Amino acid sequence: MTATLHTTASPAAPPDGPQSRRLGRRGRRGRRTHGALAGWLYATPTTLFVLLLFVLPLVLVLQMSGSDWPLLSGNQGVNFPENYSDAISNRFFMDSVVFTLKYTVLTTIILLALSLGLALIVQESSRWKGLLRTSFLIPSALGLASASLLFYVIYSPIAGPFADLMTSWGFTFLGTPDGALWSTIFLIVWRYAGFYMLLMLVGLQGIPEDVYEAARIDGASRWQTFRDVTLPLLKPTLALTTVLCVTGSLLAFEQFYILTKGGPDNSTITVVQLIYSVAFQGPNDLGVAGALSVIVLLALVVINIAQIRAFGRKVED
Amino acid sequence: MTRMNRRTTRALGVLAAGALLVGLAACASAEEPASSLTDAGAEGVDDGSTLTLWTRAPLEKQAKLLVGAYNDSHENQVELTVVPNDDYVAKVGAAAGSGGLPDLFAADIVYVPNWVEQGLFQDISSQIDGLDFKDEINAGHLSAGTLDGKAHVLPFVLDLSMMFWNKELFVEAGLDPEVAPANLQEFADAAKAIQALDKPDTYGTATGLNCGGCLVFTWFPSMWADGEEVLSDDGTESMLASDPAKEMYSIWKDLWDSGAVLPSSQDEAGPTWTAGFTEGKVGLMFYPATLLSSTPFDAGVAGIPGPEGGASTFVGGDGLGISKDSKKAAQAWNFLNWMMSEDAQVGVLAKNNDVVSRADLANNEFSEKDPRLVTINEVAGAGDTPVAINFQQAFNAPNSPWLTLVRNAVLGDGASVDADNDEITAVLSQ
Repeated sequence: MTATLHTTASPAAPPDGPQSRRLGRRGRRGRRTHGALAGWLYATPTTLFVLLLFVLPLVLVLQMSGSDWPLLSGNQGVNFPENYSDAISNRFFMDSVVFTLKYTVLTTIILLALSLGLALIVQESSRWKGLLRTSFLIPSALGLASASLLFYVIYSPIAGPFADLMTSWGFTFLGTPDGALWSTIFLIVWRYAGFYMLLMLVGLQGIPEDVYEAARIDGASRWQTFRDVTLPLLKPTLALTTVLCVTGSLLAFEQFYILTKGGPDNSTITVVQLIYSVAFQGPNDLGVAGALSVIVLLALVVINIAQIRAFGRKVED
Repeated sequence: MTRMNRRTTRALGVLAAGALLVGLAACASAEEPASSLTDAGAEGVDDGSTLTLWTRAPLEKQAKLLVGAYNDSHENQVELTVVPNDDYVAKVGAAAGSGGLPDLFAADIVYVPNWVEQGLFQDISSQIDGLDFKDEINAGHLSAGTLDGKAHVLPFVLDLSMMFWNKELFVEAGLDPEVAPANLQEFADAAKAIQALDKPDTYGTATGLNCGGCLVFTWFPSMWADGEEVLSDDGTESMLASDPAKEMYSIWKDLWDSGAVLPSSQDEAGPTWTAGFTEGKVGLMFYPATLLSSTPFDAGVAGIPGPEGGASTFVGGDGLGISKDSKKAAQAWNFLNWMMSEDAQVGVLAKNNDVVSRADLANNEFSEKDPRLVTINEVAGAGDTPVAINFQQAFNAPNSPWLTLVRNAVLGDGASVDADNDEITAVLSQ
């Protein structure tokens, strides 16, 4: 977006030459105001979008979180801070926070380790590069909801391809709390490994070849090269992928909504799912749901600041 | 020149986007002339208006038939929108908040008391009073939509839970295919007998042990059949820890432990809870009567028995009312009035093997051909519809305390029924 705007903007300014010098004071000032106006015009669409699609909803959620706001009858006036105490005393609040954190830690570790591994394989092998890269990436072309539905069928003890296997082994994928958690993590890893592999690949390709050459000349082993050259130079990429993965996992919703609906026995309720169920499945209380959303937003801001600090300031580069 | 053109195009684009936004706002104020219920008369108005109607996916078949028949015979045209079951409350809620409800919308009958209280439906009691068959309309649905003596909904589609059995499997297991199990224990014995056939992929019975709505629909009748209540009259107290209730849980626990229940029932959250029976892989189960016409084999039908015997049913399904936001209430009443007529009840619903919502039409030309329909219509009169404001949160929600109670009682050790029942009461009385 910025790039296209820039290319059209620059030819609009007349080249410096004898002609422009002849224009005199008036012309120059006119051009300057014209430039400023154009600048504002270019910035307007983005500003409008940010205002309409980000600031406005945010203000609305803040207002909701401080109001008595049933889903079916609308705003009924101020209800602060009761919404927040109701949100925290919800009988699933602590469970969902603990479960979300557990899910986030597991997913992030598995996903990043695996995608780095895949990236290294793809980078190393020259002959199968194209095939490997494509096959790892294909799941990313599927929307998360569609992927979840696909796995819902695969895991189904009635319609799924493993139905017979499940009967003979006497277990179901989504039947136990641990089974449901790991089955969902498997889906997420399958769906996102290719995407994170691509990010890792870009990072790997950004490491100059001469550093590896120097390491080879110094007689570094494969493992030493990986630990002391690849990993430190991959730090910005690792920071980016960690932030993405942690944020994404903390906001997990579709996969659990479709696969487990928070079950079995309320063992897989994530924070966002709790927000959804407070708003639409039962209490139908947008005020408490808004309060939960604000709490999650604040937690996300804090967690992301902490992550960026922890990785140094390299993400910004 | 090209450069200039590109800039103009872009400027135009921005202008167009702006115009669209303004246009959206302007749209809302441009309306057709409004009509209210006061000018509806007895029949409503049929002047070629377009009406909108929302319903949820499980009733799609019946809704499509009704709407199609109405559109073919009237000037008014109804546009039907079918919403997935799980998204329906969210969609209605969002529309209610922004004043965008359709002219007519259906609501799961257990949510109707809450939605009426929130003022989502218009009062149609004077219109209903004008119907000369008023006393024949299904009482459970009418009373669910009645607040302070004002009626707000009419029965759209009745969905009854009945005991269905696969006659072929009954014969194979040496059971009499023409005689229904008389009580819950006989039901369990029949399930075990079919399980004992040891046929691959065939199970005694099935249910949705992770589906609060399914369990409400199929297990509450066992209590009513014994003359028990499940809720207090005002719907704020749960009575699901009574001795007959505990007996029901223990019969189901015994069934589950004996392996006569379809294993996937344990995680069944609703979407496929009837699939096993429809495919002929389940011997007998408590099953929705709306599926009678799509059950491909010879099935027996009877009311749901309790631990002591008897027969009852959950009079579920959806009520239909005129929304608070409708500007065409007189036309909408025309649809409701037609929906209750003999043309619609017999000519559309009964013809499709569905339950009629008027007792005086229970015996009709179609039910005479299939005695099972007579059974269903008869049990419908003895059935019940529970009324509670917080019904969804207490029973239907995926994390409801009712689900916790059943799962602990059937899949667990069954020791926490009293405590779990208190949790339901706590939610109901909020």
